[in-house]
Amino acid sequence: MVLKVFFPSCCSSAESGILIGRWISEQNSAVILAVVHFPFIPVQVKQYLSEVQQVTKVSVSVLGSWSNSKQEKEESLSEFLEDLGTIFSHEPWIQISKEGDSKFWSCSTLQKHSNNPKEEEIILVYYDQRKVMLSHLHPPLATAPSTDHKADDASKLSAVFDTVAKSKILFMTDRYDDGPIKLTHWQSDGVEASIIVELMKQASVPACMLLTFLLSLISGICRSRVLKFWPLSFLWSKLSTCEQLGHRLQHLQVISSNKKAQNQTQLMRKANIFVSLLIDVALGILLMSWLYRKNRIGHLADTLIPVADHVAEELQDLLQWLMGAPAGLKMNRALDQVLGRFFLYHIHLWISYIHLMSPFIEMILWYVGLSACLGLTVALCILSDIIALLTFHIYCFYVYGARLYCLKIYGLSSLWRLFRGKKWNVLRQRVDSCSYDLDQLFIGTLLFTILLFLLPTTALYYLVFTLLRLLVVIVQGLIHLLVDLIDSLPLYSIILRLCRSYRLAAGVKFRVLEQQDGKPLRLLMQINPLSYGSVIQTYRLPTYSCYPKDSWTSLCKKLFLGELIYPWKHKGEKQD
Amino acid sequence: MGERRYRSASGAPVALRRRQYSASCRELAVRCPRLQLRSLSAVTSAVWLAAYGLFVLSENSMVLSAAIFITLFGLIIYLHFVKVDQESLLVIGSLGIQVTSSYASGRESTTFIEMGQVKDVVINEAIHMQKVIYYLCILLQDPGDPQGVSEVVPLFQSSKPRLDCLIEVYKSCQEILEQRKTAPQSS
Repeated sequence: MVLKVFFPSCCSSAESGILIGRWISEQNSAVILAVVHFPFIPVQVKQYLSEVQQVTKVSVSVLGSWSNSKQEKEESLSEFLEDLGTIFSHEPWIQISKEGDSKFWSCSTLQKHSNNPKEEEIILVYYDQRKVMLSHLHPPLATAPSTDHKADDASKLSAVFDTVAKSKILFMTDRYDDGPIKLTHWQSDGVEASIIVELMKQASVPACMLLTFLLSLISGICRSRVLKFWPLSFLWSKLSTCEQLGHRLQHLQVISSNKKAQNQTQLMRKANIFVSLLIDVALGILLMSWLYRKNRIGHLADTLIPVADHVAEELQDLLQWLMGAPAGLKMNRALDQVLGRFFLYHIHLWISYIHLMSPFIEMILWYVGLSACLGLTVALCILSDIIALLTFHIYCFYVYGARLYCLKIYGLSSLWRLFRGKKWNVLRQRVDSCSYDLDQLFIGTLLFTILLFLLPTTALYYLVFTLLRLLVVIVQGLIHLLVDLIDSLPLYSIILRLCRSYRLAAGVKFRVLEQQDGKPLRLLMQINPLSYGSVIQTYRLPTYSCYPKDSWTSLCKKLFLGELIYPWKHKGEKQD
Repeated sequence: MGERRYRSASGAPVALRRRQYSASCRELAVRCPRLQLRSLSAVTSAVWLAAYGLFVLSENSMVLSAAIFITLFGLIIYLHFVKVDQESLLVIGSLGIQVTSSYASGRESTTFIEMGQVKDVVINEAIHMQKVIYYLCILLQDPGDPQGVSEVVPLFQSSKPRLDCLIEVYKSCQEILEQRKTAPQSS
């Protein structure tokens, strides 16, 4: 079978020595982690390896010999290297030798106990130790959730990646350290290069504790009994700003927890939440500074009342149009007048309330605008809530119109059944025939006729107000979509994919290097980074809103029957 | 090994290049026809004539600038994401199969499938519009069911060479895949 040797590219110019690494027998491959140089004492090497094995749980052993001779190959050296094979017994004993500056190395194996005399083919795969150590292999999404995987079904490459990642401690010895064993492997730049990172790590512990304390105070206040009284709790559940603030509070709690992240997913989630919060607050402060410069917020408050007035006037015009002969349709005059006057009175009340509040609007808006510093998402949620409050009368009209229409439709269907001599059996949940008395039939038919002829008027009012309500819902929905996007986008993962693409690996790719006859096949293993779509899909942050589960047909059915529609429901709210 | 000319399913000339690096490593590359200058000029002239017609009707010079931007961006997006220059298959016995597509702008998109996941490489038939075409595909092993196939990965999707070219590629692949059956099983 073919023997695969994974050789780190940083050891290509190392001095002669012995190779240490891990032998994966079921794949017939050797992952070389470092080169131990002469002179060394075999007992010390074995002791060091057993220590490393205990800490990393990776079975590291001596795999073979490496000779890098500047002159011609020396016979005595090769015999010495073969003798080493007897001291460190390993099956098969790999011997790699490089002559001068040649690119083409010769690689041979020594098998003592094999009964296969054929020379097996050797493939030499170069890998970048630092990149493989830091990268995280993502399995394809389709195969991830399978639970009954046997150990040897695991991908061969993930075994290589695992080996290098777990042997991190082996790479911590510096080449300038004066120990009994001299190693060559990937060297880090040293702690001095990352002093800022170290300082930040030291400072983060007390900062986290302070943050946890503050958050526990805030959540304690939120959960106190005072705020649980009925009007206030109803208000909190309806305002989307409170939902968003609660969501962000949860995020802060995740970041400020003292437990270290267990695995890659948790670490990435924490980092994503942190970067997302940072960008959100930065954009919010930018927005705030733009709003408060040149007193734009004052101008906004000044235009708010005229806009509300304008909307109310438009509605009045609309109602006058409906009370006349809208689109040439002939309405029932009496019902028309009743409904029209009823809604006009409502608008009159609404305008009076708005005018009552007008002196305070500027002050309220000024203070509410300050809360934009909590984040752009909070500012957008406040905008959505202001729109909801300003169009409250449209919502009320929609509810009145819908309820009236719904009653009418149910009445009509029930009386239609009576007209045909049938009845709805509540016990059996089906339509049964029923014999009615004459007077029941008479009154029923009369009522049916009345309701039928009043249907166009009610239907028109219902249609108009439903369209207005849908318009407002669409505007609010777009704002919430934007808020969700900002909430769930994994910015840290995207930036990592942009700058350090080897950290997020979808797989590997091989490049065939120059070959020479008689020498083993040379391949370069590089990391194939994850695509942006998969990055976003894997690392998306969960949000609190769930999108409408109603399909279009059920939505149309609800509209036709006059049932109230709430297209945007939040998780955790009771379904109607 | 050299380069031989074949035809694609739609009649365009494609070239197959085979290289053998070692006894268990082969590379098979199919080169697609290049972007033709006359089709590029035809599309550009059509877009600009339409834009000029709109400009004459509407007297707005933004239409002309928009047409230039659209042509430029369209060309860049086409070269970077759509136009495939070469599709290659690198078969390394006992490691796996690597499928690479190189685009006209130089971008390369690579997928590596490990040998443990490869069940077989076969030629399949498919009905495409009004014709029946042949395509080469890799069958992936289902980890739960040893006889089952979990996924089919089609190869050479942009160049679509005809059956004679596919047979050459198939034979080369099978020679290497057979080696893993003759090698002693180790697990």
